[in-house]
Amino acid sequence: METYYKPEDLPRFEEIGKDAPELARKFFDYYNAVFADGELSEREKALIALAVAHTVQCPYCIDAYTQACLEKGSNLAEMTEAVHVVTAIRGGASLVHGVQMRNIADKLSM
Amino acid sequence: MPEQAKITEMQKSPQARTSDIAPFKSMLAQHDLKLERQNTATLQINMGFLCNQTCRHCHLNAGPGRTENMDARTLKAVVDYAQRCRFETIDITGGAPELNPLLPDLIQQISPLTPRSMLRSNLSALNQQMNRLLDVLTYHRVVIVASFPSLNLSQTDAQRGEGIFEESIAVLKKLNAVGYGCDGSGLELNLVSNPTGAFMPPDQEQVEKRYHQILAQKWGLTFNHLFNFANVPLGRFKQWLIQTGNYEAYLQKLVASFNPCAVEGLMCRSQVSVSWDGYLYDCDFNLARGLYMCGRKIHVSEMSGPPEPGTPIVSADHCYTCAAGSGFT
Repeated sequence: METYYKPEDLPRFEEIGKDAPELARKFFDYYNAVFADGELSEREKALIALAVAHTVQCPYCIDAYTQACLEKGSNLAEMTEAVHVVTAIRGGASLVHGVQMRNIADKLSM
Repeated sequence: MPEQAKITEMQKSPQARTSDIAPFKSMLAQHDLKLERQNTATLQINMGFLCNQTCRHCHLNAGPGRTENMDARTLKAVVDYAQRCRFETIDITGGAPELNPLLPDLIQQISPLTPRSMLRSNLSALNQQMNRLLDVLTYHRVVIVASFPSLNLSQTDAQRGEGIFEESIAVLKKLNAVGYGCDGSGLELNLVSNPTGAFMPPDQEQVEKRYHQILAQKWGLTFNHLFNFANVPLGRFKQWLIQTGNYEAYLQKLVASFNPCAVEGLMCRSQVSVSWDGYLYDCDFNLARGLYMCGRKIHVSEMSGPPEPGTPIVSADHCYTCAAGSGFT
């Protein structure tokens, strides 16, 4: 079935450099530097990326960082907890706006 | 249909073909490399395919139903060979070698012939035979190389069978209690971690550090080193890869991870593997495939010394596993 998201497109990511090679080079250099071992380990960075992938709901990123997390030695319990962190922040971000709702309602109400 | 027959059939099936994978030999040629023997320092002894577990990543299809086990006559031929060659390391494996009743005899006879003898253990088989084996292992200072694939219970049990994670922790505690894996004891305990699926293993140095930290923190356990091995697409693991539609992608991943620099240090260059029936292979994976050393059946009793340096090593596409990333030891 035709779909906008095709798994075989993920390894073609670098083709994005075809008509703007300099910008692509800068982006991929930066990208690789971000994910290299630093104050945070590659494993920890992959877990953060997995969480963010769920926030931005990017199927390519979820595919790539699920594999990356497994290959960096994370287990399913850790990966599932990372997704719950996303869920808590996303849910919390909605819920905390309830204070605004209550402020406005308070102002308008007797 | 018996498991072995099912697996053989699966391996012949169209799904198992990988048309766009470059043969390992041509990959070597492309990098101007040859796979030949160096000095042979290690004798690996496979005591048989009998095992109490049926791990999903097992390249040998080892399990409780297997009847291939080393007998006393073959054991004597192997010990005689070790006497003739004086290997630096003797590495005992299986199946679960603990289930072969001749294991204590083998350890007693080969330990004086080598500075380093090793036993590969799945821990649960060692647990079954602990009373019979612990004294002989500690007396001869046999290095224990124990399977411990993941720090996670569900992933470990999914690969190795229900209850294995908790049993493994209990056995590691017993081994620590007698000094295995403890500083200054002279009793070395190493762990082996395999990915619990169709993915590559993590960086060894980082994961070893993490295992030390978590095992100490959660269970008060210590060990010496952790080795991280990729799963070899043979036997039961190959069957699982095919059944789950992961085979082609996994092979492509191995090919993409080919590291020409790893070829120099491949274990097959410095070891010879002897099967339960006394025949020789370049490694345990070639044993699983039935690829004899030098391409013909040579019995250990026929060998006057170690294989000659420069002898070509029999290779096939599963060799991509050992040449992936930082290699396989």
